[in-house]
Amino acid sequence: MGDASTSAKGDLKLSNLTKSFGDFVAVDNLDLVIPEGSFFALLGPSGCGKTTTLRMIAGLEEPTAGSIHVGSTDITYERPYKRPVNTVFQNYALFPHLSIFENVAFGLRRRGIKDVKEQVDKVLDLVELPHLAERKPNQLSGGQQQRIAVARAIVNRPALLLLDEPLGALDLKLRRQMQIELKWIQTEIGLTFVHVTHDQEEAMTMADTIAVMNEGRIEQMGSPADLYDNPKTTFVANFLGQSNLIKGSIESNGAESLVVNLFGQKIGVPRARSSAKDSSILVGIRPEKLRILPEGESTHGNILPGGVISDVSYIGVSTQYQVEMPWGQELMVFEQNDDGIAPLDKGDRVTLSWEPIFTFGLDGREDATAGSEVHVDEEE
Amino acid sequence: MAFLQAVAKKGEASTKRRSLLPYLLLLPGMVWLIFFFLLPILTLVSTSTKTPGLGIGEFDQTYRFANFWDALVNSHTQFVRSFVYAGIATFAALLIAYPLAYAIAFKSGRWKNVLLVLVVAPFFTSFILRTIAWKQILGGQGIGFKALVWLHIVSPDSHVTASTFAVIAGLTYNFLPFMTLPLYSSLERIDPRTMEASGDLYANALTTFRKVTLPLSMPGVVAGTLLTFIPAAGDYVNAEILGNPNTKMIGNVINSRYLQIVDYPTAAALSFTLMVAILIVVTLYIRKAGTEDLV
Repeated sequence: MGDASTSAKGDLKLSNLTKSFGDFVAVDNLDLVIPEGSFFALLGPSGCGKTTTLRMIAGLEEPTAGSIHVGSTDITYERPYKRPVNTVFQNYALFPHLSIFENVAFGLRRRGIKDVKEQVDKVLDLVELPHLAERKPNQLSGGQQQRIAVARAIVNRPALLLLDEPLGALDLKLRRQMQIELKWIQTEIGLTFVHVTHDQEEAMTMADTIAVMNEGRIEQMGSPADLYDNPKTTFVANFLGQSNLIKGSIESNGAESLVVNLFGQKIGVPRARSSAKDSSILVGIRPEKLRILPEGESTHGNILPGGVISDVSYIGVSTQYQVEMPWGQELMVFEQNDDGIAPLDKGDRVTLSWEPIFTFGLDGREDATAGSEVHVDEEE
Repeated sequence: MAFLQAVAKKGEASTKRRSLLPYLLLLPGMVWLIFFFLLPILTLVSTSTKTPGLGIGEFDQTYRFANFWDALVNSHTQFVRSFVYAGIATFAALLIAYPLAYAIAFKSGRWKNVLLVLVVAPFFTSFILRTIAWKQILGGQGIGFKALVWLHIVSPDSHVTASTFAVIAGLTYNFLPFMTLPLYSSLERIDPRTMEASGDLYANALTTFRKVTLPLSMPGVVAGTLLTFIPAAGDYVNAEILGNPNTKMIGNVINSRYLQIVDYPTAAALSFTLMVAILIVVTLYIRKAGTEDLV
C-alpha cells in the first residue's frame, strides 16, 4: 500500500456521483472533472452536499451510485487509507497525544517511508513552524494548528488534497492571511486542491475554478470572475456577491442584443449574457456597476429614472444606497467615493444608469430571491 | 489544583475576605476527611502495634511492631492471592468493558443512554444478593454452568462453584461497571475526526486503534483499572460466597481476625499493610502508564 499515493495521478473525475440518506438526496448525480494541479472550490450553503461530496472523495462516505476516478484509477470503493488523497479536516483533527513532529510524521510512518525526519522538517519549514516540532497541538494557536493540519496532509504528497472548511474556525484577519498562504503553498507544491467552503469570498480569493452547489447539484462552474460577471442562475447571482434582479419581458431579439421592457423602460441586454428561455426574463445588474445621478442630469447606456433614495450608508471607500423604484422594488447601488462629490441624501430623487455590457439576463421563471437568504457565517 | 490557584490568585488582587473564600469552601470537606479518614487511620495504625490485655477485646499499646511480621508470615498466601485474583479480574474486566464502552461511545446512536443505564442497572440490587445469585447461576442447574458445559469449557460432571474460577468471575462481574464507565467517558471525549484523520493518513483500522484510539483512551483505562483493582484486592464477599477455604483472600482474613477471632491488632496490621501495598502498586502503575502526558 506504500505506493498508493504515487501510483494514481491525474484529473479527479466524478461520474454520476449520488449519495442519499434515506429519502434525502445529499448529492444528486454529480458529474465533475477537476484538472490536475488546479485549486478547485466547492462553494455552497450548509446542507448543499459539498461536504458529503468531499467525504466520498476521501472515502469516509460510500456513494449510493456513481464512480470516482483519479486519473484512470477507480477509487470509488477503495478504503480511505489506500487512497492517494489526504484531507485537512474542519477543526483540524490533529492527534492531541502526539507532538507536532509526530502528527506530521504520522502518514509517512504508516507507509514505512525512510527519511521521515528530513521530510517532516522540510514541510515544517514550508509552513514556517519548524520551532514548534516538539510541542503538543493544544499548545498552538488556531492559525498554527491550521498550518500543521495542512503540513500533516501535504507531507504525503497526495494526488489530491481535500480541505473541508479549513479556515472556518479562524477570525477574519487570520483567515485572510491563511487564504494567501494556502494559495501560495498550492502554487509552490503544485498539488490539486479541492476546497469546500460556504464563504464565497474565501472561494473567490483562492480558487482557479469554483463550482457553486445547491441542493446536491452544481448550479454553475467557472472562474471566479466568470461566475461573478456572468451568473447563469438566480442562486449564483445572489450567493456570490449581491445582485439587483428586475423582472422584465423581451420585446425584440437582435443578433447582438436583446431589447427588454423593464416596467416601461427599454434597456439592452447582450444576447450572449442572457440565459432566458422565453420572453420572461430577470435582468441582473451588480450594485457597483450602477451609476446614481440626481434626477434630470443626462446620462447614457441603460437608464432607469424615477428612483427615490430610501437609505444611505457611508462606509468609507464607498457609499451604499437603497433606491426605491416606481414599481416598488428596492435596488442597491454601491458608489465609490472617488469623485469628491458629497453623497446624495435620503429622499433625493435619482436616475440610475449603467453600461449595457454589464447586464446579465436570467430565466424569468426562477425565484429571484434564491441564494440570498443563505449567506455566510453559518457552520455546518 | 489549577482551580485553587486561579481562585487564590484572584483573591490576592481582591479583598482579604475573598481570599478566605476558597478555604471556607474547603472546610466541610476537610472536616469530613479529618474525622472519617485521618483519625480512623491513626487509630488503625495505633491499634496495629497493641497486644492483648486482660479481658477479651481489651488491648494495651506496647508498640509491638512484630505484629506486622507475624501477620505477614501467617497470611502472605492470601495477600499474594488477593493481588493475583484482583489483577486477573481487572484484566478480564478490561477485556470485556473496552469493546462494550467503545460500542456505547461510537456505535450506539440513540440507544446510548439506554445502554448506559443498563451498565449501571445492577447497582439497583444489593451487591451481596447479586453475588449469591451467581452461586445459583454457576451451580449444577444454573444457566451459567449449562452454558459453560455447552461451550465445552467445563465437563458436565465438574462443578464451578466454590472454585478460583467462580471467585475471579464474581470479582470481574461485580466491578465491571467501575471499568466500563470511566472507559466510556474517556472514549466518548475522543473527536471521531481524529480517527477519520488516522484512516486518511494511511492507517488501517487496527493501526488506528493502536496509535490513536487506545492512547487517547488511556486516562479511562487507568481510571477504570484502578477503580476495579483497588476494591477487588480488598474484597471478601466474592471469596466468601463463591469460594472455598483455598480461595480465601486477604479481605476474608481481616474479616475473620476482626469479627470472629477478635484479634484487632492483627486485623489492623493487615489492613494497614494492604493499604500501603495497594498504594505502592498504584503508584508504580501510574508512573508506568504516564498519565501526565495524556490529555
